[in-house]
Amino acid sequence: MLVLENVHTHYGKIEALHGVSVEVNQGEIVSLIGANGAGKTTLLMTVCGSPQASSGSVFLEGRDITHAPTASIMRSGIAIVPEGRRVFSGLTVEENLHMGGFFNSKAEIRKSQDHVYELFPRLKEREHQRAGTMSGGEQQMLAIGRALMSKPRMIILDEPSLGLAPIVIQQIFEIIGQLREEGITVFLVEQNAHQALSLADRGYVLETGRIRLHDTGANLLANPDVRNAYLGG
Amino acid sequence: MAANNVRHAFFSALITLIISYPILGLNLEAQGISVTLTGADTSTVIAIFIAVIVVFVFQLFRERLMDKIRELPILSARAHKEPMAENKRAKIESWIITGIVVLALFWPFFVSRGAVDLATLVLIYIMLALGLNVVVGLAGLLDLGYVAFYAVGAYTFALLAQYADFSFWMALPVGACLAALFGLVLGFPVLRLRGDYLAIVTLGFGEIIRILLNNWTTLTGGPNGIGGIPDPTLFGMEFGRRVKGEGNTSFHDTFGIAYSGEHKVIFLYLIALVLAVFTAMVIRRFMRMPVGRAWEALREDEIAARSLGLSRTAVKLSAFTIGAFFAGFSGTVFASKQGFISPESFVFLESAIVLAIVVLGGMGSQIGVILAAIAVTILPELAREFSEYRMLIFGAAMVLMMVWRPQGLMPMRRIHIELNRQE
Repeated sequence: MLVLENVHTHYGKIEALHGVSVEVNQGEIVSLIGANGAGKTTLLMTVCGSPQASSGSVFLEGRDITHAPTASIMRSGIAIVPEGRRVFSGLTVEENLHMGGFFNSKAEIRKSQDHVYELFPRLKEREHQRAGTMSGGEQQMLAIGRALMSKPRMIILDEPSLGLAPIVIQQIFEIIGQLREEGITVFLVEQNAHQALSLADRGYVLETGRIRLHDTGANLLANPDVRNAYLGG
Repeated sequence: MAANNVRHAFFSALITLIISYPILGLNLEAQGISVTLTGADTSTVIAIFIAVIVVFVFQLFRERLMDKIRELPILSARAHKEPMAENKRAKIESWIITGIVVLALFWPFFVSRGAVDLATLVLIYIMLALGLNVVVGLAGLLDLGYVAFYAVGAYTFALLAQYADFSFWMALPVGACLAALFGLVLGFPVLRLRGDYLAIVTLGFGEIIRILLNNWTTLTGGPNGIGGIPDPTLFGMEFGRRVKGEGNTSFHDTFGIAYSGEHKVIFLYLIALVLAVFTAMVIRRFMRMPVGRAWEALREDEIAARSLGLSRTAVKLSAFTIGAFFAGFSGTVFASKQGFISPESFVFLESAIVLAIVVLGGMGSQIGVILAAIAVTILPELAREFSEYRMLIFGAAMVLMMVWRPQGLMPMRRIHIELNRQE
C-alpha cells in the first residue's frame, strides 16, 4: 500500500532522515515509534510531500508519489490526522467534517458524516458546537472523523494520544482497531509505545533518522532493547 | 490601585504634554525671510494643562471606570439576549437589506448634490472594503498594498479612454480583469509568506505601482495625472451639456427636460450603487461556495487545510485575484467620478483606510464592513467643523472602537451554538 524506499529528507542542509525504508501493507496497522526528534513527523511529512524526499522514493498503491504536490497526494485515497489535532476551531463540528469531504459530492458527504457519527456518537451530540470549545479528546475524535470524511483507504495518525487522559487514549485506540475491521490501512506514529505496539501488526523503531528495528508488534513489545528504551524497563 | 497605577497615569499625562505642546503650542511664523518660533498664548497653555490633568485622572481610575461602563444596562442587556433563530433572522435580514437598497435608489432625488457625491464615494469604499474583506477577512492574508489594484483599475480606464477612446462600460470589465491579473501576478511570489512578511511585500507592491505611475511620465503623465476621463453614458446618452462622443445623444434632450448638472451626479451614484450591490452579492455567493469555505479553512489552520488536500496555491491565488478584481472595479468607477486621476489618489493611506474599514467592521462580515465603510467615510466629513482636529477625532474614535469592540462593529456570524441539554 505505502512503500518508502531508502528515503532521505533534508531541511535545508540538515539531513533529518538518513535512508529510511518502511512498508505498510493493505489492511494492516503499522506503528512507528521513536523518541523526540527521531524523525517520526518528518517521515510522515515526506509521505505527504512537504518537504519532499531529496532522494529515494515513496510509492502509494504502486504509484510513485515522491515528487507529487501535497494537494494531489492528499486527494488520492490517503488521509492524515496531523499532530496536535488542528481542528478548525472557529468552525462547528459539522462544518469541520464537511471540510474533510471537501472534494466529495453532497450525497457522499452525508453518508460519510453519518458513518463518522456512528463511530463517534459524542460528535453527533456536539454537531453545532464550535470545535475550539470542545475538550482535547473530543477534538481528537473530530480530527479523526474529519480525516475519515474523504473515505480514505489509508489513514495516517500522528501522535493521536498526545496530551489526552488515559481513558480517552483507550477510546481512541479502540476506534483505531475498529478502522482496521473496516478495511482501512492504518499507519500510526506514537510516543506511547506500549499501546501503539500492542495494537499493531508490525512496528518500526526510528532512531535519529534511521530505522533501528523492525518486527511484529508483539515481538517488539518483548524485545529487551525496546523495553529498555521506550517502555521504561 | 497601587503605585503602579499612579506611575502609569503620570507617564500617560507626561506623554500627552510632550505630544500636545509642540503641536498646539508652538507656532512657526515667517517674518521676512527668517522664521521665528513663538510660544503658545495663555489660553492654549491652560487647555493643554487641563487635558493633561484629564488624562492623568482618567488613567488613574481607568479600571474602575471600565468596570462601571461594562455594567451599564444597555451593554449588559445586549450581551445576555438570546440569539434569534437562524432562519428567522436570515429572513428579517434579507427584508431589511432589500428595504435599504430601495431607499438608497430613491434617496438621491431628495438631497443635495454634495450629499450624493459623498454617497458615491462611500459606495466606492464599500466596494473596495468588500473586496479586501475577501483577502484579509476571509482568507486571512494581510494585504497592505490593496490600493495598487484600485490604481490599476482607475489607470486602465484613464489610459484606455485617452489612447483608445474606450467608454466607461467597455473599460469597466477590462479594468477589473487587469487588476485581477495583477492580483494573480502578485499572488505567486507571496504564496509562501504569511502574516508580517506578506504585509511587507504587499506594502512594497503598492508603492511600486504608485511610484511607477508617478515616474512613467510618457505614458501616465506622471504627477500631472490624466484628465478628461469620460463620464459614464446611459445607452449612448451623455450627461454633459454638450454631446462629445460621436453618435451619442444627450440625456436632457432625449427626455425633453432642462439640463442640470445634478443628473450626472445622480447617475454616477446609481451606477456605484448597482455595482456595490453586485459586488456584495457576488462575494456573498463566493462565501457560500466551496472556495469560500476553503478560504476560511486556510485562515483557521493552514496545515490542517493542506492535510485535507486543499491546494494552498489555488486557494490563496483565488482570494488575491477576486479581491483585486473588485478593487479594479471600484477604481474604474472612481476614475469616472473624479474625471481626473493622479498617483496622489493612491497613496498608502488609502490602503490603510480600507484595511481599517475591514477591521472596524468585523473581519469577514459583509454587513459590518458596509457599515464601517459608511462610518469611516462620513465621520471625517461630519467632523469638518473641527477643521484640523478632525483626523484627531477620527483616530480617537478608532481607538475607542478597538478598545470596546475589538471584534468589530458586526463580527462575522458563524456561531450557531445549540445548547446541549443532555449531560
